[in-house]
Amino acid sequence: MLIRRILIVAALVAGTCSAASKLNVVTSTEDLSAIGREIGGDHITIESIAKGYQDPHFVEPKPSFLLKLQKADLLAVVGLQLEIGWLPPLITQSGNSKIQVGAKGYFDVSNACEILEIPTATVTRADGDVHPLGNPHFWLDPENGRRIARAFKDKLSEMQPADAAFFDHNLKDFEQRLTDAEKRWDAQMAPYKGHKVVTYHRSLPNFAKRFGLDVVDYVEPKPGIPPTPSHTLEVINKMKQENIKLILVEPYFDMRTPNSIAQQAGGTAIVLLPSVGGEKQVQTYFQLFDYDINLLATAFGKYK
Amino acid sequence: MRRHLHLLAAVCLMGGAARGQDNAALLDRLRTMEDRIKALEAEVASLKGKPAPEAAAAAPAAAPQVASAPSTAAVNLGGAQGAAAKVFNPDMAAIGDFIGVGGKNKVQPSPALEMHESEVALQAILDPYARADFFISFGEHGVDLEEGYLTFPSLPGHLSLRAGKMRAAFGKVNTLHNHVLPWADRPLVMQNFTGGEDGINDAGLSLSRILPAPGGLFLEATGQVFRGDSDNVFHSWHPNNLSTVGHLRGYRDINESTNVDLGFSYARGASTQTAGLFNQLYDIDATVRWKPLRRSIYHSFTGRAELVWDRDQATLLTPVAAATSKVPFGYFVSGDYQFARRWFAGGRLDWSERALNAFQHDDGGSAVLTYWPSEFSQVRGQYRHTKYAEGLTANEILFQFLFSIGAHGAHPF
Repeated sequence: MLIRRILIVAALVAGTCSAASKLNVVTSTEDLSAIGREIGGDHITIESIAKGYQDPHFVEPKPSFLLKLQKADLLAVVGLQLEIGWLPPLITQSGNSKIQVGAKGYFDVSNACEILEIPTATVTRADGDVHPLGNPHFWLDPENGRRIARAFKDKLSEMQPADAAFFDHNLKDFEQRLTDAEKRWDAQMAPYKGHKVVTYHRSLPNFAKRFGLDVVDYVEPKPGIPPTPSHTLEVINKMKQENIKLILVEPYFDMRTPNSIAQQAGGTAIVLLPSVGGEKQVQTYFQLFDYDINLLATAFGKYK
Repeated sequence: MRRHLHLLAAVCLMGGAARGQDNAALLDRLRTMEDRIKALEAEVASLKGKPAPEAAAAAPAAAPQVASAPSTAAVNLGGAQGAAAKVFNPDMAAIGDFIGVGGKNKVQPSPALEMHESEVALQAILDPYARADFFISFGEHGVDLEEGYLTFPSLPGHLSLRAGKMRAAFGKVNTLHNHVLPWADRPLVMQNFTGGEDGINDAGLSLSRILPAPGGLFLEATGQVFRGDSDNVFHSWHPNNLSTVGHLRGYRDINESTNVDLGFSYARGASTQTAGLFNQLYDIDATVRWKPLRRSIYHSFTGRAELVWDRDQATLLTPVAAATSKVPFGYFVSGDYQFARRWFAGGRLDWSERALNAFQHDDGGSAVLTYWPSEFSQVRGQYRHTKYAEGLTANEILFQFLFSIGAHGAHPF
């Protein structure tokens, strides 16, 4: 009887220790948590601060996020100043030494990725709300997704070496599935290579480069600057002149101006998701590309 | 250089194939090589300022390393450029606050046009343990260190320590700099009880900690000790006349778009009127915010209220106050609605007794319209009606231009 009780207690303690030993990962965006979850599996807990359907530039640094950060072992951020407007005060106020900038638990994934639009000339605010370190929407290239996954594998293995083999196995599995998915996505997008599009914000350079789209203009006259009548007219004229049919809009922007432009230019404005979680059915990194590419293929198909 | 690298990559891959590696490994190496080539291309791009021969000379030197040790890190060509020496400069920003006032106010007259404040902010991570923030305020009549403090964000026990000169954690409005207020002025209750624009702002130490709480409730306690000098609020007649401030904050998300923030504050310090007497202030602040996440850049609402009681022992020196023990009280209630990406409209109601005479009170109201040309500038118009205890009434139009240059760190929520 006594032995049985001891065994039960031991099992409970072991269970508690196992739960407690899970690495607690917090990410700034849902894209990072989606990729991190692929690698960490059930050996980590992972959650995101920003939702996939909100503008990641303008997240409110709510105290409820501090409760997450306070317990985090690892904080993964997009970097390149995407979160500059809200994350720094949260990190400082969290009182968590593990995730302070420069600590082992502060993980800037941009360091592992190919970054586009790195300014080569002097940047001023006359250019709008530019990111002086390069475009931070880099996760929209599957190749960068692969790099992020590898970086996660390295970071998680560093922080939880006992599970390194598990993380490595998950990475290999993720890469294999990504390679297979890329073939599918490439085949779907192949007919539309070189097609010109307009986007609302500069969120899609990596996506456009990877799948051969040509982004010729933006609804915003400059990054972060709302559309103006004169610029709207320019976009309409350009779309007419160059026979551009699609405007790609992020889910957090108002559709009135894009719809109006599209209507006058004889095209369509569609909501392309820049992030996992942008819609309920898009919960993984693969579903993000499946959703966007299906949407694009259907939209381009209309104008064949 | 690119041609060399492609050639080397091909040689490596051929060599690898010859060794009989499987396809997956080959693919992996190809990607590694591709990454390396891109990294080297980025290096070359960053070396634009260097003479061409130097870069050209570096390429062959790097080549054998890539060929002989394909699994090592990419070769770095040259060091960082001169600009890299500036990376340790703090984030610097300057914020201008220009205010114009039209109308008559015989009790508290304001200049018709005034460069009300120019705030310079210098902020940086100090070392692996601390960060430092300085906010220097240049007014038309001089320079003042508005805040300058060192923060240790992660002490043992999840404590956070701040040392220096700072705005006290008394209520909500007292902690806010002018440029983040939703009005061009501060509410009457702050002017009557907590030192107006300067607020309770002193040199001291602040210790805060997030407290354990059930059900997603955020609780934070802050304790502060100051020298005891704060204009029109406390005066340190003696070195041991320290002032203290305590603040308890409770916050909860109602849903993803709406949240409630409640605070209770207490401050105690030596009275400004007579040595040996003390002034105690009590504050309740409440904020309700609504911001739909999918349209957060277009619509939002913030409702604020703050109630303050001021028990200054000096008031007991007046026979009437002593007889009634009436504690001076004041409050404001405000609401601001963002109705378009760049536009905000709001209103504020003020009511406040005088700090040293609870039998006199001022009241008023404001209507505010704010336009944001961009994230870095604001234009605001405010109609302000004030009825003073003296029986005088003021109707004023205020307009304000706020503008910011440089890298100004985000403000706490």
